Amino acid sequence: MSRARTATRPDEPLLSVRDLSVRFGLRGQESFAAVDEVSFDINPGQHLAIVGESGSGKSVTALAVMGLLPSRGVQVSGEVLYRGTDLLTCDRRAMSRLRGSEIAMVFQDPMTSLNPVVTIGRQVAEVVQRHLKVSRSEAFERGVDLLTRVGIPDAGRRMKEYPHQLSGGMRQRVLIAIGLACEPKLLIADEPTTALDVTIQAQVLEVLKELVADTDAALLMITHDLGVVAGLCDDVRVMYSGRIVESADRDRLFAEPRHPYTGGLLRSIPRLDSPRGQRLTPIPGSPTQTIPWEQGCAFAPRCAHRADQCTDSAPPLEQSEGRALRCFHPLTGAASQQEAP
Amino acid sequence: MSAPLPPAGGSPDVLVTADDAPGVSLWRAAGSRLRRNPTAIVGAVIVLAFVVVALVAPLLTPYQPGSAEWSGDVTPTSVPGPSDDHLLGLDRFGSDLFTQLVYGARQSLVYGVVATAIGLAFGAALGIVSGGAIAVGGRPGVWIDNVVMRVVDIMLSVPSLLLAVSIAAVLGQNSYAIMIAIGAAQVPIFARLLRGSMLAQGRSDYVLAAEALGIRKRKIVMSHVLPNSIGPTVVQATLNLATAIIEVAALSFLGLGQPDPAVAEWGRMLVAAQDRFEAAPQLALLPGAAIAITALGFTLFGEALREALDPRSRR
Repeated sequence: MSRARTATRPDEPLLSVRDLSVRFGLRGQESFAAVDEVSFDINPGQHLAIVGESGSGKSVTALAVMGLLPSRGVQVSGEVLYRGTDLLTCDRRAMSRLRGSEIAMVFQDPMTSLNPVVTIGRQVAEVVQRHLKVSRSEAFERGVDLLTRVGIPDAGRRMKEYPHQLSGGMRQRVLIAIGLACEPKLLIADEPTTALDVTIQAQVLEVLKELVADTDAALLMITHDLGVVAGLCDDVRVMYSGRIVESADRDRLFAEPRHPYTGGLLRSIPRLDSPRGQRLTPIPGSPTQTIPWEQGCAFAPRCAHRADQCTDSAPPLEQSEGRALRCFHPLTGAASQQEAP
Repeated sequence: MSAPLPPAGGSPDVLVTADDAPGVSLWRAAGSRLRRNPTAIVGAVIVLAFVVVALVAPLLTPYQPGSAEWSGDVTPTSVPGPSDDHLLGLDRFGSDLFTQLVYGARQSLVYGVVATAIGLAFGAALGIVSGGAIAVGGRPGVWIDNVVMRVVDIMLSVPSLLLAVSIAAVLGQNSYAIMIAIGAAQVPIFARLLRGSMLAQGRSDYVLAAEALGIRKRKIVMSHVLPNSIGPTVVQATLNLATAIIEVAALSFLGLGQPDPAVAEWGRMLVAAQDRFEAAPQLALLPGAAIAITALGFTLFGEALREALDPRSRR
């Protein structure tokens, strides 16, 4: 298995996203920014989470990194540097070689992300053959090995079956196996457990965690589930309405959320030590109640800490003490510890 | 298997559903659904009977088609009806009517199958070129698709029978011309259908997933998009067999069909029956019924097949 891999300096980030912006709308017409001013780095082996509600732009960010957004009606700007190469400007062939071998992606819905008329085995072997240049039988053997590693019993038989013969949890395991088949340096997981029921979610996350650890891959986890973040990720970026509103490492974010939105997310998840019968505190309103960032903070209409300033101008993303925040009136240390669970 | 690692992450959630034994492809699952559908069974029985009759025609009758052996028995006002020698009586030209009908099945089968095969082959090829070009994308892809589809649009704008008539008129009266004419009229149907389902499949999640794995576009089109798109085309081919058989009869009826009187053909039997309809209505009714029942058989089977392959009607 010989693969030319560009050398990386240990201090250089694996993936560096700079001012990524994705606008939907045909050229010359009014467009809508689904992702705006998004920047983050992922170091080799790091596990980064992008957290946000539906419509916050987290999945679009992942698709933009993979270069999988349609070319018509979508304008992508900024830089997506993978080991120094800008993925947004590199040619299609190079991008296609990179995908699956260096950067892989696990999609949200295991029911639709596998081809229904092709056997599991061929779908696993396909990506192995594409990138590792091995024979059909070697690819098949590697497939059996991979399925065994993601906890699929009787993998040899499963290889000959079709996707509809497997349950949702099994299919998501297959997708993880396919994603990690060529030992990519970076795995992007776009809500890999959302389509599964709760008991299966835990098992699948466990599989993902072990395999990512085994292969030393960096992980970009796209999720709305802070429980997933707590179990899997070192670093968190919270997105709201297309922009990053808070950025911190996991422990500090959970212990001391600064942005009112992050605080709201944390208060809306159940905890083991909360008193019986206590109601969860949801964030009022819905993500559709927003104002354009040009006119102020997009979260202001739903924010309890809102002041006049918040609807006058957009708060900038300010760095301090190794974390970043986009808010004029952050939760203060005491308040955030008291308010946060 | 090289040194299996311990399975990660808890006990496996179990999976085999009642309907499916291991290794059951979508097509085989559709087959088992077909066997439980009465419509499919009726259709299949009719089709099978038609095919068997066509294949073993010489064993069913001692006579040759188109032999005017008993033409002396036919008078302008009467055509001999059923007798011991002739199960269904004679036709207008003095040949055995049963023999004509049985050998007519042969003609219809060959013409129908070959014409549909021609339509399917060229139509599917155009559909793959067009749908594939779009999926592979870029400016050339859109351009190729546009050219192919405009040609197809032009073909589609001519009524299929009229197109067949024109082609048959240009190519002259022989059996190949008829097959080509009817096949050509089907080309646009298959091309559009296959392109349409390829475009629909091209937007599905597994195509995006395959792209995310760096699989080449051509490979995605041929081994992922195409196999998922051929279902409706196969159904259409079955339904088109019915249309083709009717169109063969129609061309013959219009005098553009098989010219050789020694070859029995249902459409021409209808023409010949016209001026004796009052004296011997069976001369028109029997071949008419043969055409209708055969077409019905293919249509029923095709509809059942469509239902069996349609994901919405599944389980």
